[in-house]
Amino acid sequence: MEAHLLSLVIWTPIIGGLLVLATGGDERASIARKIALAFSVVTFLFSLSLYSGFDKTTAVMQFTERAPWISTFNIFYHLGIDGIALPFILLTTFLTVIVVIAGWQVIQIKVAQYMAAFLIMEGLMIGVFSALDAILFYVFWEGMLIPMFLIIGIWGGPNRIYATIKFFLFTLVGSLLMLVAFIYLYQQSRSFSIPDYYLLPLNINEQILIFIAFFAAFAVKVPMVPVHTWLPDAHVEAPTGGSVILAAIMLKMGGYGFLRFNLPILPDASHALAGFMIALSLIAIIYIALVALVQEDMKKLIAYSSVAHMGFVTLGFFMFNEQGIEGGIAQMISHGFISGALFLCVGVLYDRMHSRQISSYGGVANTMPVFASFMMLFAMANAGLPGTSGFVGEFLVILGAFKVNVWYAVLAATTLIFGAAYTLWMYKRVIYGAVANDAVKALSDVSAREVVFLALLAATVLIMGVWPFPVLDIMHASVENLVAQTAASKL
Amino acid sequence: MNGILNVTPAIPEIFVFTMACVILVVDLYLSKEQRAISYGLTLLTLGVGMMLSIMSFSAEPVFTFNNMFVDDALSDVVKIAICLITLLVFIYSREYIEARGLYKGEYFVLGLFAVVGMMVMASANHFLVLYLGLELLSLSLYSLVAFQRDSELATEAAMKYFVLGALASGMMLYGMSILYGLTGSLDIPTVRKAVGGMSPDDVVLIFGLVFVLVGLAFKLGVVPFHMWVPDVYHGAPTSSTLFISTAPKIAGFAIVIRLLIGGLEDLHGAWRDMVIILAVLSIATGNLVAIAQTNLKRMLAYSAISHMGFMLLGILAGTPTGYSAALFYSLVYAFMSLGGFGMIILLSREGFEADELEDLKGLNQRNSWYALLMLLLMVSMAGIPPAVGFFAKLAVIQAIIDVNLVWLAVIAVLFAVVGAFYYLRVIKLMYFDAPGEHVPAIQAAPDLKVVMGVNAWAMLLVLPWIGPIQQLCRTAVASVMSGFVS
Repeated sequence: MEAHLLSLVIWTPIIGGLLVLATGGDERASIARKIALAFSVVTFLFSLSLYSGFDKTTAVMQFTERAPWISTFNIFYHLGIDGIALPFILLTTFLTVIVVIAGWQVIQIKVAQYMAAFLIMEGLMIGVFSALDAILFYVFWEGMLIPMFLIIGIWGGPNRIYATIKFFLFTLVGSLLMLVAFIYLYQQSRSFSIPDYYLLPLNINEQILIFIAFFAAFAVKVPMVPVHTWLPDAHVEAPTGGSVILAAIMLKMGGYGFLRFNLPILPDASHALAGFMIALSLIAIIYIALVALVQEDMKKLIAYSSVAHMGFVTLGFFMFNEQGIEGGIAQMISHGFISGALFLCVGVLYDRMHSRQISSYGGVANTMPVFASFMMLFAMANAGLPGTSGFVGEFLVILGAFKVNVWYAVLAATTLIFGAAYTLWMYKRVIYGAVANDAVKALSDVSAREVVFLALLAATVLIMGVWPFPVLDIMHASVENLVAQTAASKL
Repeated sequence: MNGILNVTPAIPEIFVFTMACVILVVDLYLSKEQRAISYGLTLLTLGVGMMLSIMSFSAEPVFTFNNMFVDDALSDVVKIAICLITLLVFIYSREYIEARGLYKGEYFVLGLFAVVGMMVMASANHFLVLYLGLELLSLSLYSLVAFQRDSELATEAAMKYFVLGALASGMMLYGMSILYGLTGSLDIPTVRKAVGGMSPDDVVLIFGLVFVLVGLAFKLGVVPFHMWVPDVYHGAPTSSTLFISTAPKIAGFAIVIRLLIGGLEDLHGAWRDMVIILAVLSIATGNLVAIAQTNLKRMLAYSAISHMGFMLLGILAGTPTGYSAALFYSLVYAFMSLGGFGMIILLSREGFEADELEDLKGLNQRNSWYALLMLLLMVSMAGIPPAVGFFAKLAVIQAIIDVNLVWLAVIAVLFAVVGAFYYLRVIKLMYFDAPGEHVPAIQAAPDLKVVMGVNAWAMLLVLPWIGPIQQLCRTAVASVMSGFVS
């Protein structure tokens, strides 16, 4: 079992998803929900044994599996994880459980398809984080689009079709250019193995062109300014579960891609284009934060806040030092929990009031005190309050930026102000004040089911904030190795 | 080995042809109720034809009939695929043709003659044999399109198909006659040898090449010789469209190999640029115009045009890897197209053709299983992984990047995104829209349901065996190449 643990973690949810799909129509919805929960929990447990069996002292790939797949093109079924991939896998398996619980009562039509889509997507996302063959990576990466396309399109809001097609086409354009880059690398190395690419010598022109192709794929996913416009649309229209997975995991794949491909394969292009990447990141941090400030729609606000936070992540990566990269990863993990939690909070309100407009609310604390305290914690974490997970990453990134250029750090640090401004202002308008209208007056506080997932997330956010050591410890050796790879010129 | 009367290599053709004649006669003595016998015999013929082709599989080419006929791995792979696909075509269409009064012996006999034509094309080692096969196929197809006599659309389609098809055949013959004048032979290896000794800039040679290429382009339906494709696909009874859009594409690939690679490979420098233009125009026009279609059959017709453009990318690479990628592409495409038109047949019922895009509205609510099957097919056609259609595109794009045509790869890939849009629209209609009012339940015969399910799931289930299949394609191409060395 040890030898195939990664395959197990990937295929268990996919098989579970197919089983759920086989339960058929909504008359058997309760069975579908139970199977989905069982498979998501089992997958989470499997992923925990990945954690317990993981050797933190080394940067080599672990739990590797390698079997020939398409011999004519040297494509292998090649899996393996290092300290950078593992935290994302744990994030994925954990959040899928939460999403299944969160969709328990809210989703009433096509339940089996909903649950199946999330389970299949879970398997594919874990596949993305563990693939060591470029084509296998690409298959998982693209395969994920279809379930997400359906999730937004079937269970989404009124403008869902526009949003989901925009989401799909944006991502597809970027990804296909990445595919061309993979084939080019294959032509140079006669291999699709990602570790082989780390050793492949490439001249600066090749590196820059490949960098741009990868950038197209990852920048769309992250998303970076100016290709971020799909995100607010997709987030606003997606059902709560879809928003959670989008914000918490899918965006992270872009960041993960930069770490797995751009930095180690194209070190010289990364250095040459670092100024450009930093500029885009700073624009995201400052400009998008200002955009978030004026949003009327809660989901849109959180979506823009995600873009700003991810700007922080890419800023950290292109500092090329350990603090920056570790901070970026920590920020991604923490943002996964926090943005997921905030979307779930909006979902809790939306299920009761069917409005996401900030102006429809006011004084929610009077009728939903328990909910208000949970949301307070997540809002604070989003603003980067010390003691929550949001602080760890931001602090490390700013530290890393300081080493490179004081002005980067100063500009990046404005996020602490803007982030607090838009999050807390939204919180104030929604939760505090006098009860705004009769609908708010009639609100009932969170149910036991809602408390379960909010409490799980709250605990994670706090633990990671107070004691981030386990997360940072896992990735340390791998990040050190990555920094060394990025520092070594291929020219 | 080159004996005049060695008939062994041609046994599959001889068998299918004999059986077609037998069925023609037997059917005369059958009443309407007993027609199932003809149907059964047809399926049996195709099944046995496939078995015979498998048994005669040899990587070494075997020549016979004065070198006019060759049995190599390519012809075997193509014949196996053609028999299998035609078998599935008949299973798909049984209920459909029954409901429309097309369930006649001639229908099966014409289908089988078309199969013989395609098999001869695949094995041709001589211009005349090739032309013979091509015309046998074409004439059978014209009649199959016109089979629904009282349909104006079908008659019009058949007329267009016939006039343009005859013109194309004429072009190709003219090209062949020029080549004959230059080389003094119609035998493909001899032509190859003679062309090899001539200057590749010879104007008359290029003149002949252009005519041959135009003929091929007509038959494949690539831009700018594609005008017949949407009309014929749309006008023909769906069962005939199903046939035209699948097996003949593979046979078309086979004659491209025989003519361009077999006979005129030394002119690669000359035809490469022409094929690049054909491919780029097809991919662009096919994908762009498909967006504007409201009829599913027409949309799939334009999609076929763009797929043929992708297939040509593999050919124009001019390497064995490219040719085998193109073979793999045409095999995969044939099965995707089979499923796509099969779904139209499945959703149609007596007196109603489900060939408008609107008819797919809300399919997920009416029957989520069929919606899922169509989703798999559309994803595969769009070339989105993990479906097998992606691996077909990957192979051809890899082949052209290998010969440093990265710009062409980028164009192809960007138009694939445009293409993804209209396949997505089908998914959107099925999953996101509500069904129209008063749509009756979908009824389909059990055999049709099974074939449909297997066909669609094959888009995913074949994944672990992509390597061996591509290996087979490479063997097939290598065997053609080895035939020229000896």
